Amino acid sequence: MPTEAATSTSSTPSSRPSFIDWFGRDPTVTMLGVLIVLAVIFFGAMAPSRFFSGETLRAMGFQMPELGILALAMMIPLMSGGLNLAIIATANLSALVMAAIITKMIGPASPPQDVAGVIALALAAGFVASLVVGLITGMIVAFLGVHPILVTLGTMTAVKGIAVYATNGGVIGGFPPAILFLGNGILLGVPVPMVLFVLCAIVVAVIMSHAPFGVAVRLIGSNEKATRYSGVATDWMLVGVYVASSLLCWVAAVVMMARFNSARAGYAESYLLITILAAVLGGIDPNGGFGKVLGLFLSLILLQIISTGFNLLGFSPHVTEAIWGVTMILAIAIALMRDRLMARLWLGKTSK
Amino acid sequence: MPDSDLSFKAAFRRHDVQIASIVVIMVVLFSAISPGFLSASNVVSLLENYSVMAIMASGLLVVLISGGIDISFAAIAAVSQYLVATLLVHYGGNWLVAFGLAALFGALLGVVNALLIYYLKALSVIVTISTMTFYFAVLMFVTDGKSIYDLPDWFTADLSLFGIPFPVVVAAVVLFVTVFFLSRLSIGRQIYGLGGNPEAAKRVGCNLLGLQCFVYGYSGFTAGIAGLVQAHRVEEVVPNALIGRELDVLAAVVLGGASLLGGIGTVSGTILGILLLAIVLNGLTLLGVSSYSFGFVTGLIILLSVSATAYAAKRQQKRNVRHAH
Repeated sequence: MPTEAATSTSSTPSSRPSFIDWFGRDPTVTMLGVLIVLAVIFFGAMAPSRFFSGETLRAMGFQMPELGILALAMMIPLMSGGLNLAIIATANLSALVMAAIITKMIGPASPPQDVAGVIALALAAGFVASLVVGLITGMIVAFLGVHPILVTLGTMTAVKGIAVYATNGGVIGGFPPAILFLGNGILLGVPVPMVLFVLCAIVVAVIMSHAPFGVAVRLIGSNEKATRYSGVATDWMLVGVYVASSLLCWVAAVVMMARFNSARAGYAESYLLITILAAVLGGIDPNGGFGKVLGLFLSLILLQIISTGFNLLGFSPHVTEAIWGVTMILAIAIALMRDRLMARLWLGKTSK
Repeated sequence: MPDSDLSFKAAFRRHDVQIASIVVIMVVLFSAISPGFLSASNVVSLLENYSVMAIMASGLLVVLISGGIDISFAAIAAVSQYLVATLLVHYGGNWLVAFGLAALFGALLGVVNALLIYYLKALSVIVTISTMTFYFAVLMFVTDGKSIYDLPDWFTADLSLFGIPFPVVVAAVVLFVTVFFLSRLSIGRQIYGLGGNPEAAKRVGCNLLGLQCFVYGYSGFTAGIAGLVQAHRVEEVVPNALIGRELDVLAAVVLGGASLLGGIGTVSGTILGILLLAIVLNGLTLLGVSSYSFGFVTGLIILLSVSATAYAAKRQQKRNVRHAH
């Protein structure tokens, strides 16, 4: 994506791209790139032998996808000017549905074709569970016009409530190897969850930047009324936003239950607000309308490097979280200073 | 209110009247089914159970009225609770010192939010999520997640005023203070103005930085006090006990009619919102319904309430359009 942008501008006849143009084109990507390089240099200097090892890279490849897929699920509503607080609850409910079917219907003596059939059934049931949650959320947001924070606060509580009620807060676990492969396997040297995450990211990126749905979502995020008056069925697009978000939760659910070899109503709850952090750090405008999957991807890499790096240096995970919070504030501050600087530079340029 | 006619129908369109009627119906229903519901001991324990939530809710309400949101108050409550408890255990003290310190720490952490929001021109939800993550992570790192059990005896001893438990008294005072400055002081009207239209508030001459510091500082202040009261109630300080409460409290305040867009919200509505949740869950307990179903019931109440409010607003809009023609 950055190479495309570079070639397209160098071919424009107007002027040669100056430093300001280059820096101003995709400031978020530039800033995140610089921060990632700084983080790599820092951890590389502190623990060179362990940080630059295949093992570390692979560990990162296993840890990042869960947060990554959930962050994608948060990104789409954010770009429509909304928010989905129910992502974790949806993923857990979906995982529980799948886990219940798999553990109930597969015994140790089941023949392989039965196992395959049950897994397909379970995946379909989890898909439907996510779909229903997404449809309900989307319809309340779109047709009643309730603020998405309120709707998803309600669906989050209700969906988690269903999961807790059905399981009494317990764990369902113990899956066949085929499922575990989705969370722990390695495909051509790449962790399978990473493959799934990258696939999701590419699909979301293509849809958000090229498909009519993606364009409509970004327009809604910028100005819903104007979008509706220009003939876009904004209400159904909004339903689509929350359905898409929920379906990504289904993918996250598959990865999570496969990695933990279990499902529970209360897993991964601390990720909820972190996904918003990751998305906003990745340049997704929390007011809606703007954002790129590439930015989100880079922000996830940055957060993961910080997490893995401090872990290697022997710090507790809480240090990582504290640094994540500071990184977010820092990113806002850098963006503000950059905008001011850019404004001054542009002013200087145009006045000449 | 937009309607000038004072008929019964018009009154019933008001959100607080609706919630109040639901609360009354619930009370009648539950007391008819379960005779223990209206007993003094049940009412007192109900109020005591929700006092911490009410204290936090008053701070969050003020932030919502000002057009912002605060996600960090539960983390602030946890941090100031731990700090105060540590100081009390080491140096001793009394209730005055404890309240002073809790309020001070809470307000300071809240003002940090306000400064970041004002100077970084950032969305309050993003800033307070970041500070929540930071405050809580630092607390967990420094304390290693260890709880404090050896609180001073005077601190954990049961207190009451005319038979009313201490937490309820504190909650009542905080709620009263909130009502007082929101409706009687200039700063309260300025907060409503800020939430209704920030640009207009600025041009009228409100000091936006000062107002934001007050609003987020007050949210931190109530969080500090809530943390202290919670520690007194459970007689221990567990660093992660309060985390995860932020969205519960938000749900209660929103049930009470506060708008996320700012400018709208009352203390009486917030009290009704908390009462509604409290009464329904308490009633279900008395009816012998499994507590595992509470999450689902709470979620359903939130969804129904926000949907009904939005539906009513839509109809009102249509009615206004028809009147205009």
